[in-house]
Amino acid sequence: MTDVILSIRDAVKRYGETHALDRVDLDVAEGEFLTLLGPSGSGKTTLLTAVAGFTQLTAGTVSMRGTDITSLPPEKRGFGMVFQGYALFPTMTVAQNVGFPLKVRGKSKAEIAARVAECLDLVQMGRFADRMPQQLSGGQQQRVALARALSFHPPVLLLDEPLSALDKKLRADLQWELKALHEKLGVTFIYVTHDQEEALSMSDRIVILEGGRIQQEGAPEALYDAPRTDFVANFLGKSNFLDVTVAGHVPGGAACDLAGHPIEIASPAPPPVGAAARVALRPERIALGPEGGEGVPGRIAQVSYLGERAQLIVDTERLGPLLVSRPTWKAAIHPDAGLPVTLRWERDACVFLEAR
Amino acid sequence: MTSDKARYWLLALPALAVMAIFYIWPLVNIWAISVTEPVPGFGNYVQGAESQAVTTSFVITFRVAALTTVFCVILGYICAYAIANTIRRAKPLLIALVLLPFWVSVLIRSFSWIVLLGRSGIVNDALRDVGVIERPLRLMHNEFGVVLAMVHVMLPFAVLPLLANMRGISPAYTDAARGLGASELTAFRLVYLPQTLPGIGSAALLVFVLSLGFYITPALLGGGRVLMVSEYITYQIQEFLNWGLGSALSVALLVATALVLVIAGRFLNLKNALLERS
Repeated sequence: MTDVILSIRDAVKRYGETHALDRVDLDVAEGEFLTLLGPSGSGKTTLLTAVAGFTQLTAGTVSMRGTDITSLPPEKRGFGMVFQGYALFPTMTVAQNVGFPLKVRGKSKAEIAARVAECLDLVQMGRFADRMPQQLSGGQQQRVALARALSFHPPVLLLDEPLSALDKKLRADLQWELKALHEKLGVTFIYVTHDQEEALSMSDRIVILEGGRIQQEGAPEALYDAPRTDFVANFLGKSNFLDVTVAGHVPGGAACDLAGHPIEIASPAPPPVGAAARVALRPERIALGPEGGEGVPGRIAQVSYLGERAQLIVDTERLGPLLVSRPTWKAAIHPDAGLPVTLRWERDACVFLEAR
Repeated sequence: MTSDKARYWLLALPALAVMAIFYIWPLVNIWAISVTEPVPGFGNYVQGAESQAVTTSFVITFRVAALTTVFCVILGYICAYAIANTIRRAKPLLIALVLLPFWVSVLIRSFSWIVLLGRSGIVNDALRDVGVIERPLRLMHNEFGVVLAMVHVMLPFAVLPLLANMRGISPAYTDAARGLGASELTAFRLVYLPQTLPGIGSAALLVFVLSLGFYITPALLGGGRVLMVSEYITYQIQEFLNWGLGSALSVALLVATALVLVIAGRFLNLKNALLERS
């Protein structure tokens, strides 16, 4: 385990009766790209602003490298921050914006000029130093905001939905850039987003929040492959939910009963025998086969063509409608609505969820 | 298209007619009188320029207007800042309080100041009763009283454009500045204040221009000792029936005001400053 740079203990934030944060514990490792992911109202932004110092916690502490910073004002914390909507100062040029954190720290003019040039080059905005922020496109403003937040060598960079105002294509490009920048600089990034794709593509670790609580945290693959709750299974990607009864344990899993049919589910720690359990099944893990043979019979009800993938809703008598996702180039079956099919999946495709 | 335009002009016609008959026509006449009475020529202007009383009156007018503007902008800025940054629910009430004086006639408000500041006014009586002073202070019939009452009358004209300006400034900027290491004061000075310069400009311009031609308050609080141009003109016309000089001074004041606007126009976007305030 690398060193912990930031640590949040028992953080509570109440607004009247509602808990924006409800006993949150979180450690952030030095140099990590950590994403706080959740729907609006989940507390992710509150957690970020509490770290930044804009939100005073009702209870709990924030400490940085062992020093309690809970009551420090934002300007004393020394974190870089990229705001939603960028908040570039409209009365200053790009260069003045980037130099602002250095200016308020009393650096010399020469030092500021050198560092500003360096930072603008880092985000490929060197040519725009003398422009005003209003003259830049959204993506360019985003880059300037990033350069400004990095100009004073902060140990931690806080990013509050920095890409949410941009169009999809630009967002995808900037994801690559952000990721590359993070690797190049080695600065700890704490990134807030409601966009699961952003979270999956960039993060070393994702923390999923809901209702002010941490639902689950882990590496993107780990979270995607082994969601613990319904919420996680459906928020990070999509899932089908099946209700099973555990009939017995087998090596590396459990033999279960799914709507009267036996099914084997791989699990390191399956629920006890006799328990009713809920499992999540990813749409892309379901294989679509021709009618007949072993598997769950069904009929394609709806097809949604997405370019590289197609999503299908397959009506089954046993399990109701199931969502299936398949690559469109695998044209063994041309999926048309009304076509009878058989659905199969591997024993490790299903994941047991925690009982609610 | 053209018929639509014509219809809208038709709607504006009554107002235009009122302006033309009751404003522009008399104004043209004033211009005419200033160069025809009592004899044709620029004699009135020459007389005005050479008269010590007239030049003094102009100096007083500009000085009082400037002082009023400075105090109004400072007080108005603080007031507008408080309103713009207070909790949202209190805003309508606070704005109503700023507008409240408009419901009371300027005349009444100026007389109220006389009640307060007079020789045996409330302030002097109170100070004497407490024993701070023995003889009443001269609080009016001087520039102090005039400026004090004018600041009171003009304050809403400073608050409103400043407020309109400040309401357009997202609190995110100050937050961003603080997040990047600026103290509250530095964030205000380097980030907030520069964004309110247009508001300060339009507030100052509005107050200054209105103050230049202000009559009631200076006349009442000045008591004939602080003779601003508008009062001087009234004297010329009503007391001395000197229409020629009175008209010439009116034209001079108008030109001076226009000059202020022209100079301000070099630094300010006048369209924004005077027209698009909300």
